[in-house]
Amino acid sequence: MSLKMPEPDAAVLARRDDIVEALRRIVPGEGVISEEAELRPFESDGLTAYRQPPMVVVLPENVTQVSAILRWCHEQGVKVVPRGAGTSLSGGALPLADGVLLGMAKFNRVLDISYDDRIAVVQPGVTNLAITKAVEGAGFYYAPDPSSQIACTIGGNIAENSGGVHCLKYGLTTNNVLGVELVTIEGEVLRLGGRHLDPAGLDLLGVVVGSEGLLGVVTEVTVRILPKPETARAVLVGFPTVESAGQCVAEVIAAGIIPAGMEMMDRPAIHAAEAFVKVGYPLDVDALLIVELDGPAAECDYLIEEVARIASVNGAVSLRVSNDDDERLAFWAGRKAAFPAVGRIAPDYYCMDGTIPRRHLPEVLRRMALLSEQYGLGVANVFHAGDGNLHPLILYDAHKPGDIERAEDFGNDILRLCVEMGGVLTGEHGVGVEKRDLMPVMFSQADLDHQQRVKCAFDPQLLLNPGKVFPTLHRCAELGRMHVHGGALPFPDLPRF
Amino acid sequence: MVAHKPSSVDQLVELIATASAEGTKLELRGGGSKAPIGADREAQIVDMRGFSGVVDYDPPELVLTVRAGTPLADVQKLVESQDQMLAFEPFDHGPLLGKPTGQATIGGVVAAGVAGSGRLTAGSARDHLLGFTAVSGRAERFVGGGKVVKNVTGYDLPKLVAASWGRLIAVTELTLKVLPRPRVTSTMAIEGLGHHQAQAAMAVAMGSAAEVGATAHLPAFDGRPALTLFRIQGFSPSVAARCAALPGIVGAHGRAMALPEDEAAAHWIAVRDVAPLASAATLWRINLPPTGGPRLVDRLAPLGACWLFDWAGGLVWLGFDGAPALVRLAAETEGGHAMLMRSPDGIRNSVPMQHPRAPGVAALEARVRRAFDPAGVFETGRFLDMPDAH
Ligand SMILES: Cc1cc2nc3c(=O)[nH]c(=O)nc-3n(C[C@H](O)[C@H](O)[C@H](O)COP(=O)(O)OP(=O)(O)OC[C@H]3O[C@@H](n4cnc5c(N)ncnc54)[C@H](O)[C@@H]3O)c2cc1C
Repeated sequence: MSLKMPEPDAAVLARRDDIVEALRRIVPGEGVISEEAELRPFESDGLTAYRQPPMVVVLPENVTQVSAILRWCHEQGVKVVPRGAGTSLSGGALPLADGVLLGMAKFNRVLDISYDDRIAVVQPGVTNLAITKAVEGAGFYYAPDPSSQIACTIGGNIAENSGGVHCLKYGLTTNNVLGVELVTIEGEVLRLGGRHLDPAGLDLLGVVVGSEGLLGVVTEVTVRILPKPETARAVLVGFPTVESAGQCVAEVIAAGIIPAGMEMMDRPAIHAAEAFVKVGYPLDVDALLIVELDGPAAECDYLIEEVARIASVNGAVSLRVSNDDDERLAFWAGRKAAFPAVGRIAPDYYCMDGTIPRRHLPEVLRRMALLSEQYGLGVANVFHAGDGNLHPLILYDAHKPGDIERAEDFGNDILRLCVEMGGVLTGEHGVGVEKRDLMPVMFSQADLDHQQRVKCAFDPQLLLNPGKVFPTLHRCAELGRMHVHGGALPFPDLPRF
Repeated sequence: MVAHKPSSVDQLVELIATASAEGTKLELRGGGSKAPIGADREAQIVDMRGFSGVVDYDPPELVLTVRAGTPLADVQKLVESQDQMLAFEPFDHGPLLGKPTGQATIGGVVAAGVAGSGRLTAGSARDHLLGFTAVSGRAERFVGGGKVVKNVTGYDLPKLVAASWGRLIAVTELTLKVLPRPRVTSTMAIEGLGHHQAQAAMAVAMGSAAEVGATAHLPAFDGRPALTLFRIQGFSPSVAARCAALPGIVGAHGRAMALPEDEAAAHWIAVRDVAPLASAATLWRINLPPTGGPRLVDRLAPLGACWLFDWAGGLVWLGFDGAPALVRLAAETEGGHAMLMRSPDGIRNSVPMQHPRAPGVAALEARVRRAFDPAGVFETGRFLDMPDAH
């Protein structure tokens, strides 16, 4: 693959047995995995094109062990890669040949729930969906809902600041987390935030969310839970063109409506999904929109009419309104299965995640079609249309020589296009290794240096998840230097004021 | 006091470089409406109002980019003209701090992490700041975040910058998320509840499908009985249905009745401006889990504290002239923190405005501040949490 990870440190590799031994002293029994065959399952995450078995896997059970592991690794200069369920689509949990993979799977308990304070305190290895399961009996749920929610962990969600189809209305992970317990690379156990809104002092919690495992290991999480909306209804609308679908999205928002979810699929995605789940998606349209409204029945009924009206005005050629929950879920079935559906029409697919200002959607799709021709690879598109977050799925065949590289180049061109249009490289999947080398497309060196100095404040030896997010990790001492030395002023000729 | 009013980024860069080299301290200031918060300090003022005006406003994209020194009132007027709003309900702290209204700037309210009564459901400044352009304490210009509503590229620096009180960087331009303004706002109220009952009623309402957007409690004041307020917003059929449902939901606690619009608006302004505590010399703002609010009042009211609840009880405004340590202890006991908003000079100059953090967190915060501002150009001594501040 084209991306390079940092060269493994031969001195560390030579000490492998000692390292395994030391970890066994901290986590006895089966919590340390060092047999080559048993390391295999950990060699990759959701970005399966990249594989690297870790030096050793450790599965701690409590914060004391996590703290001891990190302190020891810090003292010994050994790198650590945290891992939740390994569903990251950007290679965030990709192991290092000379690194310890710190799996948080055993942190799987819900610790406390307060319905009066509307919070749940959970361990980081609890899956996203399990939080909702734990509180739904009382009529509550945890709002951010990545499609991977059965599998992905809340610790991974925090690291990636994950979203889902409902984040248009309810926000990403960062808007739904109140506090964490974080263990620093030095083994110090810190509490950031709590069970209340807004931390005292600097919002360190805010920067830990979305930090992709580079700042610390999360060992406990306090999330907000919300009362389940009374009802939810959806409309399924087919449009002859992407432009008309895009215009409909803009007008829904201009009408003051923030739907619970607003998803779009293009023609290839519609066909793939319909072939897979057979829920009656129209096949003669270029764009399909699913708009979900939730809330009191009176609101859903009113807004669904509004949305249907706006869709008709914008030239919808087919329009179905869900009459019950089964029908609503059927509308979603194709969208939710879009990835596996696309997986059936091509041996492999590569999922991108840029965000653009919505108004540029038609142009971005036009240029994506040109790129598709240029690279000779198909592409199917699903989007979080309400917030302009694109998920182009590039179709390729890993067994064909050169296909992976072409898919990557195609993907990189799509992301450059997103930035050119005023958008960003990733809306919810994170930078990881995947988009690491594209960071300079969006950020200047000064921008990146300011970000990396935050990393240095948490982890000055750069031992936590190195090789992710930053195209080059500068030594912290180097970055810390000021450009103003010993009273020598820059711009000495400028007038003082 | 020396004051500067840069109007270009180059001037700001130069100013910060000079201060850094000469060891002078700079206090970034918008309208100065919150200047009375914190200890006295000797710093040169950098008046950020030279950075004023709208850079880009794209209502359908829900995104607004504006220079940091733009008056808050102008920004609000602009988004209202498009039937939109800043959903975190930033407001002017002038009335709270004995200053005239209309001074606040957009950069100032974001830097102070301001949020209105809708915080529980709509978020605070941190949740709406998408990106920024700034000059750091290293006298370097840089950007953080992005200009679209959904972005996880790189660290979420906007979160750090919101509520950073001008201690990290000088923000020159902000990109904010805007949202459609609700079509209809209704307020219902229960009269005469005690603080425990009020908190319980607010909790039931927030946990219900009535989608209450804000709820606050004003104790009896000036001949008016105690009032527990519930704000319901949205499209009219929805608001009507939810208002019809609410009395049943909170029925075990009291009778919820609709308030006339202007009366309701006046109560929400009283909550926002903490009007019932206007005569308290020392005013605290306490964030805590909502269920902790009544217990905190149980401890401090017998000692003479007056108070009101916002955010369903998760924000307690407390007027209390007794020992600050008692307030901080009470807040901590309930898992929260207390900010000193207003006090006589003696207290203001000896008690840190922000709740002291655990030593490990405080040390990490200091390292993060040094990452942006290695020479401490923006460390003016206002916060009394730097051993070497003076
Ligand atoms: C089919 C599929 C659908 C998906 N759909 C969505 C979607 O709709 N929206 C979306 O946002 N994402 C989606 N994802 C991506 C992925 O599920 C999320 O990024 C998820 O949050 C990763 O969680 P995880 O537990 O698998 O973390 P991992 O993949 O194990 O790790 C992800 C990152 O988190 C770090 N990490 C994990 N645990 C901790 C911890 N306790 N402390 C510190 N760092 C930690 C790791 O080092 C790594 O950098 C999808 C993935 C798949 C495979």
